Amino acid sequence: MQEVLSTLYTSLPYILGGCIVTVGSVTLALALGLVLGVPMAVAQVYGNKLVRFLVGVYVWFFRGTPILVLLFLLYFGIFWPLFQLSAFISSCIVLGLTSAAYQSQIFRGAIQSMPSGQLKASRALGMTDCSGISFIILPQAMRLALPGWSNEFSILLKDSALIYLLGASDIMARIHQMADSTQMHFTFSLLAGVLYFMITIVGLRLLRRFERKIYIPGYQHS
Amino acid sequence: MNETPHQAECGRENEAGMTSAADRPQGGFTDSSAGNDAGHGQQPATSARESATPALAAVNISKMLGSRLILDSVSISIGRGELKVIIGPSGAGKSTFLQSINCLIPPDTGQIFLEGRELNMHDKHDLRMFRQQVGMIFQDFNLFDHLSAVDNVSVALRKVRGMSRKDAHKRAMSELDRVGLANRAKLYPAELSGGQKQRVAFARALAMDPKVLLLDEPTSALDPELVGEVLEVIRYLAKGGMTMLMATHQMDFARALANEIIFMEQGKVIESGSPAELLAPGSNTRTMDFCSRLDLEL
Repeated sequence: MQEVLSTLYTSLPYILGGCIVTVGSVTLALALGLVLGVPMAVAQVYGNKLVRFLVGVYVWFFRGTPILVLLFLLYFGIFWPLFQLSAFISSCIVLGLTSAAYQSQIFRGAIQSMPSGQLKASRALGMTDCSGISFIILPQAMRLALPGWSNEFSILLKDSALIYLLGASDIMARIHQMADSTQMHFTFSLLAGVLYFMITIVGLRLLRRFERKIYIPGYQHS
Repeated sequence: MNETPHQAECGRENEAGMTSAADRPQGGFTDSSAGNDAGHGQQPATSARESATPALAAVNISKMLGSRLILDSVSISIGRGELKVIIGPSGAGKSTFLQSINCLIPPDTGQIFLEGRELNMHDKHDLRMFRQQVGMIFQDFNLFDHLSAVDNVSVALRKVRGMSRKDAHKRAMSELDRVGLANRAKLYPAELSGGQKQRVAFARALAMDPKVLLLDEPTSALDPELVGEVLEVIRYLAKGGMTMLMATHQMDFARALANEIIFMEQGKVIESGSPAELLAPGSNTRTMDFCSRLDLEL
């Protein structure tokens, strides 16, 4: 027991370094997903037929393909003759593009749940649809979408455990390495579980706090 | 259509978007004879209104929804400072007509004139300029739920007029003050009563300095005890000479303040005329018939 604890203790700094890689890749992926997902949601609700179709194909593709397959395709395949993306960058891109597909659907649902009178009123004031969507619809829809978005964060965090297969030095990669070298597979797997759990809890707490911060008194849609 | 003399006028004016002041049987209530709202439609036929061009004219507006004809070449013209009231049973197309005037529901055919200038409905810029000058009040308020009362009023000033945050805020506060809500400026829509919400909606529309105000049953979604405060705002605007076209079921209000009552049913204007004409005791108009049924329901 003493031995187990001391091994864990000495390997902890190394593994916590993996937490930074995991949190970093998930954060970047969520950001990429947000930047792509919101415009896609807007396009899917307000866009013309062609735009809606293209977004539909995108969403269909990324929802239908396993993340692991995409990781391998991007890392080993697509740009191979031109340049080699690092494992970390490939991971962020794949997780981000996948998350964009899911996030677009979260935001689409929120936008569609907005009463039609909101955009109507903005038009009646002479606003462009672009202003109406940016300043009236999205600020409300994003608030509605936040609980679902928090969920997407927790899912993506756990999906990110796959990126170690490319050799990114995230939590799982380092756990795997330590477990192999010490032959303490169970103990280190347990540690991995605890770390993911703690990151999830902290992340959701922060998002929850953010939700309260942007709360609007009495705000609700019937 | 064109059953009534008034309708015929509307048809005639369309080429130039003009109508002569003499065509209007009355007018001048709102600014020349303000304070006369107890007069029950007996406004003096002063009609000193010389402006030949109507503030707003809609000519032969038609709209199909599916296979149903919602609006059947409806025409209307409103002189500057006039208050015209559209009444009629639900499903008559009143709301659709008001919203088709500023193309929130684009009409299939027809022309819209603002002060004699025709609106090009397919030109987005033209449409936005038009909408800035034609305010709209909705039945269910449609306040922006994520903005406080004062921001509801100032948002269009900033995003449409390009005013600075400070100037827009100042203007918004003075508009809220006009509707008696300066002390509620920081509250969000969900914290306001229905009547207060509608008054904020008035402040929001008025901040854009509209030439015409379209009111789509502004009191229909309100509890009875809150109707008065909103009608008070409309009365105040009418006295100030605001040009307004209003769909409503408030017959006493229409009788007292309207220059003209327009009765719509099944997408058509059935009859129109002054309250004195249409609501004269013993007159056998459709309007009278409708009103008596309203009274029974109440």
